[in-house]
Amino acid sequence: MKRVKRRYLALKLNSNGIPRKKEFIDAVWGAVTKLYGEYGASLTSLSIIDYDVEAKTAVLRTSLATLDLVRASLASITSVAGSEAAVHILAVSGTIKALQK
Amino acid sequence: MKRVFADLHLCLNVKDVSATLQMFKKVAGLGYGLVAVPFVPEARAEEVTKLRTACKEAGMDFASRVDLRPRTQNELMYQVRRLRRKFEVLCVACENKAVARQAAKDRRVDLLSFPLLDFRRRFFDKAEAELASNSLAALEVDVKPLLVLSGPVRIRLLSSLRREVAIAKKFHVPIVISSGVTKELLLRKPREMAALSFLFGLDEGSALEAVSQNANSIVNRNRDKLSAGYVAPGIRVVKEGRDC
Repeated sequence: MKRVKRRYLALKLNSNGIPRKKEFIDAVWGAVTKLYGEYGASLTSLSIIDYDVEAKTAVLRTSLATLDLVRASLASITSVAGSEAAVHILAVSGTIKALQK
Repeated sequence: MKRVFADLHLCLNVKDVSATLQMFKKVAGLGYGLVAVPFVPEARAEEVTKLRTACKEAGMDFASRVDLRPRTQNELMYQVRRLRRKFEVLCVACENKAVARQAAKDRRVDLLSFPLLDFRRRFFDKAEAELASNSLAALEVDVKPLLVLSGPVRIRLLSSLRREVAIAKKFHVPIVISSGVTKELLLRKPREMAALSFLFGLDEGSALEAVSQNANSIVNRNRDKLSAGYVAPGIRVVKEGRDC
């Protein structure tokens, strides 16, 4: 079976409030399902690797094939946990190690 | 060569100086190198200079822009004649078909924009694209409605944009992606704007061109035309006086 290529995204959350991890995850999944539906969301293999509440940064994993889809979804996020927010992509990498550099 | 990213439609309240400065800093921090702010046609040169200086302080280039909303072809011609030499970017909001066709034909018009929610009045069809391809007009797409709308309205808008972008590509009409936002939290990085345009069928290369090269070429072309030595395309005054 062919190996699934993945990409890791370093994200910065820009918002007025301080959302918890669960609220951030909900916002990301909400954006993906809103734009692409449940079928589209199932193709992304999306998972949150790390979330820093203080720094408002996160690391997200997705499959390479759906990277454009996830990028568009993240850019479409306008609110997290009821307060206005924007999610900016800081870096994209094939490994977590390279992402941290 | 490094890309210079541009946002040709940043909506600001130019009277609020501190908010404007903050917005410029934010835009510069997101990676933009050029920004255009729409002014009212009666704007004074001092207002434009003030914003240009503020923008320079933030480390960006600034272009003045005017949005025209004519009701008839004659009104469009009159406004273009009056304002073309005053602003670096001229955008026509096409409210009816006659104005849309005239704007697409006119080589002095830089950007064509269409009503966002009135889908019957989005006149960017094949005929419009053919006229625009023979002139210099580009199709402007604002990303703000994609962020603020949801549900059936956004679905309809995406469908219209997909159709228009396909027509623009076919007729080689340049596409310019702008933000059109008023709030800081609606601002997106240039690459995020390009990612959003994936939703209406632009590939990565064309999308990045739409937020950089296409916008920059409009500003550079007009700056060249507005400069003192410009005579006609390809003809410039390089020296004048007795020693010529």
